[in-house]
This record gives sequence, C-alpha cells and structure tokens, in this order.
Amino acid sequence: MSATDPTTGTTDPKIWMRRQGRWSAFEILAWLAALTPFFLFPTYLPLANQIAIAALFAISVDLILGYAGIVTLGHAMFFGLGAYFAGIISVYGWGEPITGLLMAGAFAGLIGFIASFLITRVQHLALIMVTLGLGFLTLELANAMSWLTGGTDGLRGMNRWPVFGQFRFDLWGYTSYTYSLIVLFICFLLSRRLVNSSFGLALRGVRENVKRMPAIGSDHKWHLRKIYTISAAIAGLAGALMAQTTNVVTLDALSFQRSADVVVMLILGGTGRLYGAILGAFIFLMARDQLAGVNPQYWYFGIGILLMLVVLFMPKGILGFLSGLVSRRGK
Amino acid sequence: MTGQIAIVLFDGFAFGMLLFLLSVGLSVTLGLMGFINLAHGAFGMLGGYVTILAMRQLGLPFLVALPLAFIAAALVSVVLERTLFRRLYRAGELNQVLFTIGLVFVATAAATFLFGTVQQVVILPSWLRGSVQFAGLNFTTYRIFLIVVALLVTALLVFGLERTRLGAQIRAAVDNQRVAQGLGLNVERVFAITFALGSGLAGLGGALAIDIVGLSPSFAFHFLVYVLIVVSVGGLGSITGSFVGAALLGIGDVAGKYFMPEFGGFFIYLFLVAILLVRPLGLFGKR
Repeated sequence: MSATDPTTGTTDPKIWMRRQGRWSAFEILAWLAALTPFFLFPTYLPLANQIAIAALFAISVDLILGYAGIVTLGHAMFFGLGAYFAGIISVYGWGEPITGLLMAGAFAGLIGFIASFLITRVQHLALIMVTLGLGFLTLELANAMSWLTGGTDGLRGMNRWPVFGQFRFDLWGYTSYTYSLIVLFICFLLSRRLVNSSFGLALRGVRENVKRMPAIGSDHKWHLRKIYTISAAIAGLAGALMAQTTNVVTLDALSFQRSADVVVMLILGGTGRLYGAILGAFIFLMARDQLAGVNPQYWYFGIGILLMLVVLFMPKGILGFLSGLVSRRGK
Repeated sequence: MTGQIAIVLFDGFAFGMLLFLLSVGLSVTLGLMGFINLAHGAFGMLGGYVTILAMRQLGLPFLVALPLAFIAAALVSVVLERTLFRRLYRAGELNQVLFTIGLVFVATAAATFLFGTVQQVVILPSWLRGSVQFAGLNFTTYRIFLIVVALLVTALLVFGLERTRLGAQIRAAVDNQRVAQGLGLNVERVFAITFALGSGLAGLGGALAIDIVGLSPSFAFHFLVYVLIVVSVGGLGSITGSFVGAALLGIGDVAGKYFMPEFGGFFIYLFLVAILLVRPLGLFGKR
C-alpha cells in the first residue's frame, strides 16, 4: 500500500501520525537549552527547579484543557494531594524519593479517577464550578485535618533520603534541578507519545465536537476519564517533586491561586501544544522573579495586562503566535 | 440555643442579601449573553471605593454615596462592555474567563496602588449604628437596613422585569436570543443596558458590604468565588434562583463558621458540588 493516495493527495493515517510525532531541531535545541543553568547560571538553579515543576504541572493541565477541552480552575487539588502524600510519607519514615514520587503520583491519579466520574457529568459553567468546588473542598479538608497536614503552619518534620542513596539534595539545587528535569522529560515523552496517538486524536475530537464523537462510535466519556486520571497523576508528580526538592509543603500547594496561575501559564504559552505549557511556565516564573522583586503589585498589573492582550490578539498563545509568524514567512 | 439559631439565621440572611445584590447582575448577563464575567466582583469593589471617596473626600452622607456607587459602577462597566467585552461574546468560555481574570488582576493592582492594602472602614450615620432588641435578642440595625434595601431592590427588579418594556425585552432575549433578534429587537442594546444595571447593583452591593466584611483590594477575588457559587447554584438568568441561592449560601456560610469554625467553608463547597452534579443547570436554571 502506498503512503499517499494519488487521487486525493491524503496520507495514510498511520504515516501521517508518525510524521506528526517526529522530532524537530527546535525541540532538541529547547531541551539542550534546559541544561544551560548548570553551566551558565548556577545561582538560578532553584528557580530553574521551580520552572521545571511548574512546566510539569502545566503539561498535566494542557492534557485535559488543551487537548480534551476540560476547563479546570481546581487542578491544584491534585498538585497538593501529590505534595502532601510525598511529604507525609517522609514524615512517617519513608524518605526514599523515587518510590515516594511514584506513590504520590499513583495516589493523585486514584483520586483523579474517582473525581473524573463527577467531572464528565457536567459541562460549561457547571464544569468550571465543580472543578473549583472540588479544589476548595480539598483545601478546606487539608486545613481541617491539621493533625496530619500541619494546617496553616505547613507540614513539619519531613525527612528525605538521597536519590539512589547517592545524591543528597544540596543547598544550591544541583540535585533538585537534575531530578526535576529528568522527571519532567520522562513525563513529557509519555505525554508527547500520548497526544500523537490515536487516543490523542480522539481527545481532540471530543474538544472540537462533543456531540459528534458518540455518533462515530467513540466512547468519549471513557476517553475523558482516562485523560483526567493521567493528568491528575502527572499533577501529583509535580506536587511531589515540589515537596521533595524544597522540603516544604504548605496549604499554598492546594490554593486557588495555584490553580489559576497554572491556567494563566498555559494560556500565555499556548494551549494544545506541550511546548506551550513549558514556555508559559518559563515566561510566567521568570517575569515574576524579575518583577515581584520590584513590587508584587506591579507583577499582578503586568500579568493582568499581558493576559488580556494574549486573549485579544494571540488566541493561540505566544507559541502559537510565533509559529504562525514562522509559517507565514515560509509561504 | 434557639436564640443562637435565630441570630445565625438573621445574620446569614443579611449576608445572603448582600451576596444577592453582588451576584444578580452576573446571573442575568450570563443568562443573556453567556458571557462569563469574572470581573463582576471588581465592579463591587469599585462601588465600595467610590463610597469611601465620596464620604471621606467630598463629605457626602452615606445615603447619597450609595447611589453614587451604583452610577459609577454602571458607567465604568458599560464603557468596558462597549470597548472590550463585546469582542469576546463569540470567543470560547476559557478566553472569557481568562480575559476577565486579567481584568481582576489589574483592578486589584490599581486598588492597591491608589488605596494601599489596608482595610477601609465606613462611618455609618448614627441611626444605622447599634442594634434593635426583640424577644430578648440583639438584631444589628445595619443588617436590618441591608435586608430592607435588598428586598426593595428585588421588588423593583421583579416589577421591572415583569411589567416594563425593557423587562419584556430582557426576558425575550434570555429565552431565545435569535428569535428576539429576528423580531427586530436590538439585543446588543438590551444587553448593554442590562450589563450596566447589573454592574451597578454589584457596585451598590460593594458599598453596602464595607460595614459587614470590610473593603480591601482582595475584595474582587474573595467575592468572586461567592458570586460564582450563587450564580451557578441559582441558575443562569433567574432572579428567583439568585435570591434563593444567595440566601442559602449566606445562611450556610454564617452557620458553618459559627457552629463548626474548624471546618470553615467545607460544607459550602460540598453542597456546591453536590447540587451541580444533581442539577448541572442550577436549582432554577432552564437551559
């Protein structure tokens, strides 16, 4: 069978999908650039670690928001669950990072699976409100269970062991950033594989037209449940990374602010493209680092203006805007 | 115990009436245009600061400052609606949410820049201070005033919607925008007027809220969540729904904080999620 149908010019779907999944030079460069903080900006390693964690969290939201069209204002719920799980097991005597990380991700994924049955029942405003409500519910619960979570004081007595028993988490952030970057890269590879698969295509179908998918025999609710569970697990991993690398877990991990920030990052970068999530996290945290030093209020003013401009003039985010410029020049 | 319950019910209902004023406008505009305006609370904040300025700088009495708050919020909102929001009616809900959140960020930063982060207080006229004794219980005078104002507004709204020409136009546009437009109704104009009135009510609510919850730049964000709960639980485009939703939320919130302070808003959010799962369109929603 030939790859291209000569009559219509369309490509065999399998080959088309393989072509979509091919690596470009830009991507390799972007990942090489992620290594530069080790050599060029070692004082910024803790910030680079924050960016890697935020990028992972933004990818988890992109999977459901950008690819499957589930608008969420409560995803910090899973970030916080992962963070508290990783923190609490280390308080109670199991500080091994990698198993702790995996267990935290699995725990967040389990809660995500349960929540996904609620999420798929509602749409539009009700969906936003249910995600928001679940987020606040978790926050209030964590606050009320202060015997376990430390409440407003934050979790105390965390004790993490070195990674592989070899690499201690140092003050300068070498271990932290390496660890977070590797986890980010693995999750990115998995997500990349996922969105370029037939499952990823089915999700985009749900995003574009919820009514048509059942009509062509696609079990859209089951697809949505699956991706929501995966997304919750990745968010949990991001939260666990934060707990392990910073050794701090507070109620802030579950806050509405965090849920809103991650959506803002994603919109700035561009939804429905995984690099949008990474770029958004980078821009957001770099700008906050630079501006908040001057005055936190300027930061909010700036991010507000930027958000409005992006929504009005760059509906596909900064990355979508840039790739639009590139492809226009190419023509 | 019954005394405590009566006071909690009274305080909760008064708080609910405040929430009603703050959210009814959003409910109607959401039902009308499907525009998710998260900046609605910011108009409430604007009304609050206008009241503070009018009383402190111009020395106007409280009762004169209230209508000023209404007018200022209505004017600013209609300008924003005509210049910015209008472009987003056909955009997706995510873009609307983010654009208006951006506006809240800007409003919060501007309020901090102009007024600082301190809690503003309002000096009430003497006849609104103190409390009224009834059946051995103390009812705050200001809360009685608040309930009376809210009930008056509700009566006006119901009368306006049922009996006036504009009310009929709004109802027609909410029920079926396309048919209303086909019959020659200028839906855009109806919407602009509704938007101004709704935001004006939020401004009035913000002015009345100062004495109950205070006023600081975090007002817009803090009340955003309450307002969204009222709107989604009550159902879009329904005044009855907003009234019932606001009363339930107000009573639930005050009762929860009074009887089970350690659980805070836990039960509020539990009910929110439960109600939306059973009735995704809210208690009184039609579509």
